[in-house]
Formats: sequence, structure tokens, C-alpha cells
Amino acid sequence: MIEQIRDLLVDKFGEEAVIRLDEQPLQPILVVHAAYIEQIGFFLRDTEGCYFDFLSNISAVDYFPEDRFSVVYHLASLPYQTQVTLKIELQNNRDLKQLPEVDSVSAVWRTADWHEREAFDLMGIFFRNHPDLRRILLPDDWDGYPLRKDYVDAESYHGITTK
Amino acid sequence: MDYTQGLEKYKEKIAAISSQEMVINMGPQHPSTHGVLRLELITDGEIVKEIIPHLGYLHRCFDKHAESMNYGKSIPFTDRLDYLASMNNSHAFVMGVERMLGLHEQIPKRVEYIRVLVCELNRIASHLIAIGTYGIDIGAFTPFMWCFRDREHIMNMLEWASGSRMLYNYIWIGGLFYDLPVGFEDRCTDFVEYFKPKLVELDELLSGNQIFISRTANIGALPADVAINYGCSGPMLRASGVKWDLRRIDGYSVYPELEFEIPVGRGEMGTLGDCWDRYKVRVDEVKESIRIIEQCLHRLHGDFKRTPEFDPRAMVPKKVNLKSQEYYIRAENPKGELGFHFVTQEKSDIPRRVKARGPSFNNLSVLPELGKGQLIADLIAILGSIDIVLGEVDR
Repeated sequence: MIEQIRDLLVDKFGEEAVIRLDEQPLQPILVVHAAYIEQIGFFLRDTEGCYFDFLSNISAVDYFPEDRFSVVYHLASLPYQTQVTLKIELQNNRDLKQLPEVDSVSAVWRTADWHEREAFDLMGIFFRNHPDLRRILLPDDWDGYPLRKDYVDAESYHGITTK
Repeated sequence: MDYTQGLEKYKEKIAAISSQEMVINMGPQHPSTHGVLRLELITDGEIVKEIIPHLGYLHRCFDKHAESMNYGKSIPFTDRLDYLASMNNSHAFVMGVERMLGLHEQIPKRVEYIRVLVCELNRIASHLIAIGTYGIDIGAFTPFMWCFRDREHIMNMLEWASGSRMLYNYIWIGGLFYDLPVGFEDRCTDFVEYFKPKLVELDELLSGNQIFISRTANIGALPADVAINYGCSGPMLRASGVKWDLRRIDGYSVYPELEFEIPVGRGEMGTLGDCWDRYKVRVDEVKESIRIIEQCLHRLHGDFKRTPEFDPRAMVPKKVNLKSQEYYIRAENPKGELGFHFVTQEKSDIPRRVKARGPSFNNLSVLPELGKGQLIADLIAILGSIDIVLGEVDR
């Protein structure tokens, strides 16, 4: 199934859109080029035979000590009862002034809005063209991105010592 | 001479009255928000123009905890996600780890049936809270008392099995904490017999109640395409007429062997996917859960009877040793699709990343869309019909 989706994407967007097919023991993952993610989203949502209209989950992963992050999109198709997993990989030198960036897919699936806000809040992934990219779970004045493996707790928060 | 001058003047005065937008904070300490949720409402008079939800008051860092300890130790934390349906949470988590280990086909049938039994009991308990508190949200007090009275029996039974009232830590990777206590099946049968007429009573009290219908029918109608686009799942999605139940679609555990219907909204009292439909789907689901429980009990009395040599911990692995891989497991919780995304590390029993996808988080995200242009009082009805649990929204 996932091979057909890969071929469809290669036909539509060219060779560089799909980086590789990651054969996992349970769920194969399609690693795609970050620049194409929004177009791929629209394509997979609206093409007959795919109709991936349900975005289950977006999760951001930190591959510390490597300077690499990834964003994983779990899609499901309600009409065909199928699932597919997309992944994009982002190189970043962990400078907090230069976050890893990727286009938002909230125009494709509105549910991505909150998922992307969560990924921004906890992992520090910046989603371009997001309608409302603010922190969602942590307070607005929080420093740093706590789900990163190199995150160090602040000494204090609003005068309250935390250690 | 124009004798209507006075009337014209009055009409002009009323038409020229200035309207003003106002920000109202609903919550975080308000019972109608079902926990610590703060809604910032931009209102014009009594009309809600915009809703800005503020989450995170109950954020307990589940993801960060889960990646600092081994898989088994995370199970008590999963209980605290949707704390009204702890069994279902740990069932989903445990299934994910078992599949990654390749254990899932070796789990004894008795263990699987006990898991489904306790999960369905917990589903009933969760839906009873949803129905009861929904009644109280819009002014019906009696159903609340009735629901809590009946839920108490389930709590007592699950406490008997696991030793804890709400946060069970009962379902373990590869098995169970303990076998069911002796006599549990009989007590459960008694409960089902007791509960069936009570459910009919509850249904009669609320479903056809004219006041209740007036408050819920045609309010907050959610079209199926919007529901899907916003990632709504569970009763929320089914009330919009989409027959989507992961117990059937994925057919995990022993659900393929069990007979049950999937109730969907039909727009009986008004529009398809309105608050009344969402309420009704939950009532119907409780009936289906009872059917599942009866079938489980039948089999736990029959083919998969208790034997002295049965050990529910026989398959529990001493150490979870996984290859480096990724897996996304999803399961049908009372609130909808609960997912766990695992990223494991080679030769380590500590995961690199565990992301929990809470159904309430996604169901709540549709609220700004649903509540736009509604009255404040109707917003309470809509929020109650979504049935959120903040433990799962904030994780």
C-alpha cells in the first residue's frame, strides 16, 4: 500500500519529494522532503484512492545527540480505513534563536493547528504560515523547549526556586 | 401633521444604541468547564463572537515522564491521562508495547477477555459521568445523582479487582496485575441485571424530556466534514453520522469475536450532530457495552474459566528489550481515539519519545468553531456535550 503512495507522490512531485521508504517492523514510514509537506498533504487528502482526511497525530522527535529533529504525521483515511505515516527530517544546530522550520499543514487539516502549537511549545519546531502559533500547554513566558533532550530546568520561575 | 413622530424617534433611539464587545473569562475554576479549562470569550451582549481556549492548567508532563523511565513504569502515568477511564488508557499503551515486542498473539484469551471486561465497565463509568454531568450542566439534577449511584457499583468492583478506585495500574505489559477476585464474575452479572432497568429509567428521564430537548436539540450541530477535519473521534464523530469505531476498524484485542452495534447520530430531535445526538450516542453506547460485558462474562464462565494453574503474569516480560523502531497505536477510548506514538531506542528499555494523542484534546479544538455566534448559555451545553477530561487535554 505504502509503495503505491510513494509512487503516486513521485509521479506528482518528482523524485526529490520522497526521500526514502523507512521499513519498520510494524508500520512503514514514508520520509518526505520538508518543502513539500503541505502540497503532499493536500494531495493525499483529495486524491481518489488515498483520501487521507483524518490527521490522527503530529509528534515531534528529538534525536539528541545528533543535531536532528523530525516531525511525524499519522494519517488515516476514513473512507478506505487505511493508515499512513509521513515523516520529515530537519537539521538544526539547536540554537534557540534559529528554530527548525517547516510549513504548517493546518490549512489541510484544521486539527493540525493545536498539534503544531504543542510541537512548537514543547519541542521548539517553528511552523511557517500557522494561523496562531503560541504556546499551548506552558505559560506564554516560559523559556526553552522542555521536551528537547538538552533542555535544562530554569533555576527559578517568577521568583519560585525550582531546584 | 405626522402623528408617528414620537414612534419614529423611539425607533431611531433603539436602532442607534451602541453595542460593545466584552471579554468574559469562563473558568478555570468553574464547574461547567469540567475541570481546569479557561475559555476567554469575546462577547457582544449575550452572543459569543469568539472563543479562545487556554489549556495547560493540568499539564503533568506525561511525555517527559514517559521518556525518563521504562515502559512498565509509565502505565500508572497513562492512568492519569483520562482519569475517568484509566483501564482503557493502559490497555492502549500496553497493546502498543506488546505489539512492538511481538507478544500480542501469545496473550492468553482469559487475559484478553478480562481486559475487555474491565475496559467496558470503565467505559460505562465514564459515559455515566458524561451523561450525569451533562444533565447538571443544563439544570437537571436527578440524572446526576442516579448516574453517580450506579457508577459507584462499577468503582467498587474495579477497586476489588485492582485495589484502587480510579487509577488502577491493573493491565500490565503481557498480562494483568492479578486474576479477577473469586466471585467477581457473579457480582458483575448481578450488576448487569441491576443496571439494565436503571438505564431504561435514566433514558426515559432525560432523552425524551422536553426541557432537555429544548436545551440540546439543534444546538451546536457539527457537520461530519468539519468533525473529520478537526480530528474529532469517538462519540463526537459518530454523533455526526460517521460510523467509525476503532474497536471494529482495527479489531484489536478480542473485539472481533464480540457482537455489538455502533450507534450513530440520526438527528432524531433536530439537526444531525447536535448536542442531543452526542448525548444519545453515549446512552446507546452504554447499552452496547452491557452487551459486550454479558458476552465476556459468558465466556469467562465457559471456555476461559478460572483454573488454579492460570497465571495472569506468566507472559509479563522481565525486561522490555526492543529494537529501534517507531509505532503508532490507536484504540477506542470512551472519548475517542487514544493514540500513543512510540520511538524506541536500541538496546534500552527506556523510550526515546512517547507522544500521547488524547481524544479530548482534538475534540476540544473544534469548540471555537462550534461556539461561534451562540449564546453563552448554549456554549455551556455545547461544551458539556463534547465531554472533555482535562487530564487528557493537558496530559
